[in-house]
Amino acid sequence: MRMINQFFTKIREINQRYSKPTVEMSRAVKISLTVLRVYLFLLVVLMIYKFITVIKVV
Amino acid sequence: MDFFSLLYFRFKKVWKSVRLYLAIAGPGLVVMIADNDAGGITTYAATGAKYGYHLIWFLLILIPVAYYVQEMTVRLGAVTKRGHAEAIFESFGAFWGWFSLLDLMIVDWLTLVTEFVGMTAALGIFGVPAWLTVILVVLLMSVIVLNGRYWTWEKIALGFCLLNLIYIPAAFMVNPSLSDIVGQGLIPNLPGGLNNELFFLLMANIGTTIAPWMLFFQQSSVVDKGLQEKDIKMGKIDTFIGANITVAIAIFIVIVTGTLLNGAPIDDAATAARMLMKTNHYVGAFMAIGLFDAGLLGAICISLASSWAFGEIFGWAHSLNTKVKEAPWFYISFFITLATAGVVPLIPGAPLVLITLFVQVVAVTLLPAALVFLILLLNDKKTMGEYANTPLQNIVSTTIVVAIIILSTMYGVSALFPNLFQ
Repeated sequence: MRMINQFFTKIREINQRYSKPTVEMSRAVKISLTVLRVYLFLLVVLMIYKFITVIKVV
Repeated sequence: MDFFSLLYFRFKKVWKSVRLYLAIAGPGLVVMIADNDAGGITTYAATGAKYGYHLIWFLLILIPVAYYVQEMTVRLGAVTKRGHAEAIFESFGAFWGWFSLLDLMIVDWLTLVTEFVGMTAALGIFGVPAWLTVILVVLLMSVIVLNGRYWTWEKIALGFCLLNLIYIPAAFMVNPSLSDIVGQGLIPNLPGGLNNELFFLLMANIGTTIAPWMLFFQQSSVVDKGLQEKDIKMGKIDTFIGANITVAIAIFIVIVTGTLLNGAPIDDAATAARMLMKTNHYVGAFMAIGLFDAGLLGAICISLASSWAFGEIFGWAHSLNTKVKEAPWFYISFFITLATAGVVPLIPGAPLVLITLFVQVVAVTLLPAALVFLILLLNDKKTMGEYANTPLQNIVSTTIVVAIIILSTMYGVSALFPNLFQ
């Protein structure tokens, strides 16, 4: 139990340490990150769709 | 100055550069040659068996692709002194950091399973039982890593890289026709037109050339080795030589299977080795030894890439220059990743085909993100200073990265939906 608590404390500490991105949020960076989010969202949707269709077949 | 004095002066100058290179060489060579892992050997063996020498030109195109992507990690590591995982956390925040770290963990572990599958299959050809292979590999890799010095680890890894050259004598032993190699292989052509099968194989070749773990591994390796800004030039040469060697090895594998197994259905490199043994015992044995070595090299690098990344983020000591007592979590994470992945091929009825499929799909979620972060980080002039990407480097690297993202996405999607591109 103590180890799990320590682990989550560490995670919170990491989140705190890296809470603010240090890279300059220029227009190019913002656009790239938005496109990346959309790309990953579509990919996740595709994977969920595949998972559901496989489950249906099984 | 007379002729001999000039000659001596030139020799001293060249020898000094060679010695400097030998001191800095390592990260680029190891990552590039380890890129020809068990999955890579299977892809090249299948390429040769299916299309003979016809796709050698395509492999040559992959030299600049691999070089331009990987050399960016050299600059980033040498300037920031941070691994790729830490650089993502710090520059883009915790969300993208956790996404990359967890994705890397999954991709690395699944890839590691495929390396063990390759190694057990390779030694299985010589009658070594799978359980014994797994135990020997885990022990061997632990001994290599636990020596407490990056230098020693790197030199041992380079020794295994040398063994990867075994495909070169194998190619000469099959007596290929040089005129056929030049005539068919060096002139760009798409045998049978661009159909689904050819497209899948081309994408598989790209997929094996640039893998997510390579970015994380080389950057962490550059940091652990302690390369400085002044070493960047030699680090780039190291990467360039590595890119050429890895593609040369791939071409020699294509020549072997293209000569002896042309037209044979090849699902994995171990099958290719068995079939080769029927026509030429030594060539088959070389193929099997090469496959084992490729799996071992891949496993060494992949498991380290994960441990380095975890160490960077969790703040553990994470250098190969540290002893177990000084960096217990670094070595524990290395051993756990290795041992759990090694157990999977021993489980009867383990879904190994599904795991291979998963590697392709999950890698597609990580690779574009890691590549985009790489380019953005290399354009951060505040951090990179004079080592930031120039406009020309941006054009070249962005073109390569966009092409890789599109093709690897199609590869991943076609793995999910095999009939989509028919």
